[in-house]
Amino acid sequence: MTVDVVVVGAGIVGAACARALARRGLAVTVLDRRGAASGTTAHGEGNLLVSDKEPGPELVLAQHAARRWPSLVAELEDELGSDRHGFPPLEYDPKGGLVAATTAAGAQPLRDFAARQRGAGVDAREIDVAHALELEPALNPALTAAVWYPEDAQVQPVAAAEALLASARRAGATVRPGVEVVGALRDGERLVGVRTSDGDIPAAAVVLAAGPWSGVVAARLGVGLPVRPRRGMVLVTTRMPHVVRHKVYDGDYVGATQSGDAALQTSSVVESTAAGTVLIGSSREQVGFDDRLRVAVLREMAARAVRLFPFLADASVMRTYLGFRPYVPDHLPIVGPDPRTPGLWVATGHEGAGIGLGPVSGELLADLFTGAEPATDPAPFRVDRPAVLDAALDEPHPSESTPSENTPSENTGEAS
Amino acid sequence: MSRRTVVVVGAGPAGLSAARAAARAGADVTLLDASDQVGGQFWRHRALPGGGTAPDEPTFHHGWGTFTALRDVVATHPRVTLLTSAQVWALERLDAGVRLRVLVGPADGAGREHLTLTPDALVLATGAHDRTLPFPGWQLPGVTTAGAAQALAKAERVAVGDRVVVAGAGPFLLPVASSLLRTGARVLSVHEAATPASMARGWGARPAGLLGAAHKAGELGGYVGTLARHRVAYRLGEAVVAARGDGRVEEVTVARVDARWSPVPGTERTVAADAVCVSHGFTPRLELAVAAACAISPDRFVVVDDEQRTSAAGVWAAGELTGIGGAEAALAEGWVAGHHAASGAPDDAGLARAARRRARSADFARRLDAAHGIRGGWTSWLRDDTLVCRCEEVDAGTLRAAACATGSADLRSVRLTSRAGLGPCQARICGRTVAELVGATEPAPGGDTGSAPAVPDRRPLVVPVRLGDLATLPDVPAADAP
Amino acid sequence: MSATSQGAGPRPLTITLDGRPFAGTEGQTIAGMLLAARRRSWRTTSVESAPRGVFCGIGVCFDCLVTVNGSRDVRACLRRAADGDVVETQHDPLPGVTS
Repeated sequence: MTVDVVVVGAGIVGAACARALARRGLAVTVLDRRGAASGTTAHGEGNLLVSDKEPGPELVLAQHAARRWPSLVAELEDELGSDRHGFPPLEYDPKGGLVAATTAAGAQPLRDFAARQRGAGVDAREIDVAHALELEPALNPALTAAVWYPEDAQVQPVAAAEALLASARRAGATVRPGVEVVGALRDGERLVGVRTSDGDIPAAAVVLAAGPWSGVVAARLGVGLPVRPRRGMVLVTTRMPHVVRHKVYDGDYVGATQSGDAALQTSSVVESTAAGTVLIGSSREQVGFDDRLRVAVLREMAARAVRLFPFLADASVMRTYLGFRPYVPDHLPIVGPDPRTPGLWVATGHEGAGIGLGPVSGELLADLFTGAEPATDPAPFRVDRPAVLDAALDEPHPSESTPSENTPSENTGEAS
Repeated sequence: MSRRTVVVVGAGPAGLSAARAAARAGADVTLLDASDQVGGQFWRHRALPGGGTAPDEPTFHHGWGTFTALRDVVATHPRVTLLTSAQVWALERLDAGVRLRVLVGPADGAGREHLTLTPDALVLATGAHDRTLPFPGWQLPGVTTAGAAQALAKAERVAVGDRVVVAGAGPFLLPVASSLLRTGARVLSVHEAATPASMARGWGARPAGLLGAAHKAGELGGYVGTLARHRVAYRLGEAVVAARGDGRVEEVTVARVDARWSPVPGTERTVAADAVCVSHGFTPRLELAVAAACAISPDRFVVVDDEQRTSAAGVWAAGELTGIGGAEAALAEGWVAGHHAASGAPDDAGLARAARRRARSADFARRLDAAHGIRGGWTSWLRDDTLVCRCEEVDAGTLRAAACATGSADLRSVRLTSRAGLGPCQARICGRTVAELVGATEPAPGGDTGSAPAVPDRRPLVVPVRLGDLATLPDVPAADAP
Repeated sequence: MSATSQGAGPRPLTITLDGRPFAGTEGQTIAGMLLAARRRSWRTTSVESAPRGVFCGIGVCFDCLVTVNGSRDVRACLRRAADGDVVETQHDPLPGVTS
């Protein structure tokens, strides 16, 4: 049996692609080497942010996503139900984000950044210390600048991905966990399906949405795709009194996102969850798929969080988890057809923004796939942009890459 | 050349024995225990000023003399450093070896002293804790594990209640009932879920042959005698299937169960009680073994070879972590593990004796499981509103609905969407139960497999750590960095 | 050390739970002192506001958490009571989601 589309990866991006394609009448099969939402989706914080994005194509996509999320949540809850014994709550919360500079040197760059964002239409309000403390009474008052971003929001990422998948299934899609892509089915140059650990699946098209493992899967399909893992860790406290009301970041978050430096970077991201726990992120390391615990990283994250919120010093951290973000050298997602290989489509490379950008990326891909007018300009995200093609030259040739080397054993925890 | 350094984590029978054997073989040994006393759960005892022993202490224990001898060795031997109140909270895998992160000070205290250890060899002897299956009302105050009753009796001479029902499965129920009697509680009855037929399968047909190992038979025979003297009924093929009360347990429902542990309709009866002590077996404390990437067996014990060596380089394991074998087996395994961790001579006569003692207990775990192993019928005493995850208060109905709504049999997804297992105990209590209820695939952790879903025993933070303590962690030498 | 040696005998101590005094002796855990005084529960759960006390008794289940001298999330079954400890019960209600 031939399906119209095989989506490789059942994280939030694959789920969004599957839903968007299935709702346009295509026969979709979603594969995941493990379970649904078990990779990067389960190991982040559920950030839907505009605050951390420089003016540019990613910000445009993020602004589109910020507008899309409320209606998407309403659609999903309407379709799936959200009562106690119905679908688990998505915990969508447009709580807003507060970025605080904690050093004299950090103040002006934050103000300048916010000014540029305002120029791009972001609601970025520079506020004084008193206003910041009104928003976050427990915040360390020794801050040097603060910007309030009302458009930032949060969602429970696994529930969101599962909801997109459930919706896709209702539109006729099939989800097959535990099925791993091991190779390509080709008709000349054209990709006509995938070989899997559970047999061949012929398909008119293949959508590669395997997050940080996209480069590995691409190699198995005979294509070079420069998507690499960028490791991140998160700390979770026990449930505690609801003190942190919004997403709160120290200003360094901005610099860390845009840098390609492989060395450890941390910046504080602190927020409460609907369960009453506090999530503390985040770190960025390029160490391949090395999943070993590094306590030194936790220390840096903890120190920054305590600087931001001194009361957290007494909080009990009950869990830490680490995950891998899909990282592309120019920090932009890849969404669209791969002109080098007819039949191959790509939706990946969202780095730490995949939860926020995943749904609109899936819809963008479906627009392109079906020839509909895209809601946002797809050109910056195309596969054959120079930054991607150049970096792809450095990717190991498929014959040089053994799957097992690049396959992480396991991650060391899970989200909140 | 400096002597080989061995760190032993856990000062119960296995750890004490391992520390002694490693010191005997010439290593510098550091023995860590999170408690402020040594002995583990098995030899948990009253803490008296100056380290004295309560006069009635030996009556609460088996092998008390063995304990005091081991205790004196680890307290006084020049090559053993004993660190109590020392909680290992993380284990980092280095390119060669492991690094332990330790906090020393009062339990869960803020501002405890940091300690970092990078030994040549690590012996894990972290033991096990009770596994209790959920039943309606098990969250009521007054319902405890059997281990809680035992710990409070042994360490503080406190009874968890006045009128106590003991229930669950396994020979451990007997010493618990005995300890309760010694602390003045009235034990109403002991209910063992295993039927007489499965008891016979595991232990042999003769009641006196309750256990294969002779010392065990004597020990348990003594408990049966104690129960008989106090006219406490020891009833097989019965289970506590519900507890009720207003803010605390006031009565329990006991029912007969069939060979699969399904309650037999019409056999329910109500017993007034103010405490219920329930355990259905033991589950090992795997956090450090998983963090060290030790191979774990499908039945969730650490895999070891004849030398008690795990699959992780430089890591040995002994005691309940490697299979529920009781204190005698733990002592023997600890001996073997400590000796090899210290690179002791292979032809050592003491080693050979320990190996023989270990062999005598080899069959214990299999017999225990044959007689008392949890049978799948227990789930029929659950109701939709029965809590499964105590921390996050997730009931069976919500759990099943989450699994059904998402169509997911992936444990990670079910946990994250239902919140089962995400509370402070980090699924220590409900992890295996949740996996069984949603039919999730639950592979052994630490194994290879890129396709492994969530791993309930993977807890990189072994215990909660205060953020302020994390933030003030001292530097480790750069040469040590992974 | 002899198997039956006895020290001077445990010293008495007092702690408070939410301001109410509880008497015990050195060497007891906070949970042990409360249970000995027939107090069966102290924590209040977040979802159902239900009472909890000791369940596992050995530091595994985290049901018995209390705040001790201002530090939250202390396992009462593990922490030895110190004379004058100010112990408070914990109740952390769920936050409301604002959407």
